[in-house]
Amino acid sequence: MIERLETLVLSLADDELIIGHRHAEWIGLGPILEEDIAFASIAQDETGHAQAYYQILTDLGLRTPDEYAFQRKASEFRCAHLVELPNFDYDYALALMRHYLYDAAEQIKLQALREGSYDPLAGLADRLLREEKYHWLHATTWIKRLAYSTEEAYLRLKSAIDQLWPYAWMLFEPLPEEAEIVEAGWIPPSSVLRERWLELIQPTLISANLFPPPPASETLLPLQGARKGLRSPYFDELLQEMTEVSSSEPGAEW
Amino acid sequence: MSSLDPRIRRAEPELWTLSTPPLDSLEHWPTYEVFVQRMRGGHAQHVGSLHAPNPEMALVLAKEQYARRSQCVALWVVPTEAILWTSPADEDLFQPAVDKSYREPQGYLNTRERLEKYRDRLQATSHD
Repeated sequence: MIERLETLVLSLADDELIIGHRHAEWIGLGPILEEDIAFASIAQDETGHAQAYYQILTDLGLRTPDEYAFQRKASEFRCAHLVELPNFDYDYALALMRHYLYDAAEQIKLQALREGSYDPLAGLADRLLREEKYHWLHATTWIKRLAYSTEEAYLRLKSAIDQLWPYAWMLFEPLPEEAEIVEAGWIPPSSVLRERWLELIQPTLISANLFPPPPASETLLPLQGARKGLRSPYFDELLQEMTEVSSSEPGAEW
Repeated sequence: MSSLDPRIRRAEPELWTLSTPPLDSLEHWPTYEVFVQRMRGGHAQHVGSLHAPNPEMALVLAKEQYARRSQCVALWVVPTEAILWTSPADEDLFQPAVDKSYREPQGYLNTRERLEKYRDRLQATSHD
């Protein structure tokens, strides 16, 4: 039972940790000071969510949050490849679109967890939804603003969603032993969550002419396995950078 | 000197400045004045200003600039250009020309004693 719970919690926690790290790469580089501060704060929130998820496992006698974040091998992570993607050439449209697609999914998952049967997760989801409200407001306000501003802004968003779409779709790749996890009542099946996610983002994306068709299965095939530990080609460099300080002085007090 | 920060090195900001054309009008964002209401029913207090492309974005950005650390139940934003103000050069507007200390709080000091004195006097005259 505890292994399955760890599977579920790590899929949630690792997504948060890694997207927090990628968002944080924008610190000091944001388009204007005000947005730089807002986005950095969102990055910090996501990292905090990861810590709170890990703590649920720690309370069950498993590893500590720092051990989960900084002392695991790449193959032990369970994040989706969407959050591992680098910021490439630092196009803010890509950052905003990933933030939008990801936080839509996070919101759907949190709402489902809140109704779930595992009390520590349900209670945490209830708390995290408060912060998620702001993340969603921030993401949707930007996407709506940019989608209807200039042709350049539209084209940048279009190219961002085309690039991210298959990866976003795979946020809902079924977990290992998902049938048993669903049976326990912790969370509904990934396919159900994906439908809810599509319902949430569809109206905005369709009216902005930014809604792609479902990805072809041959596009998705090479993206499979993230929840079993298969990492994208971008992960090793990220992990090395993320653990650089902690590995310089293992066990240091902060 | 190039940055030691790997994020900065990857992003190559020096290339941005080389290739950045002069700002066009869309990039000159207006400013908004931000007000924070710290409790329900309380008054909104001015806390600062910020840049934003429109009022909705101003609210979104104001939340992290001005309501991140302290108690807040509601935020207001107002376009700076909507605000009229008097010039500091006209600050003599606010200086009284004659003694108007009766308008100040200390004008109401000892009110009870004065009231009692007045009552006593009234009583004294009615007994006459």
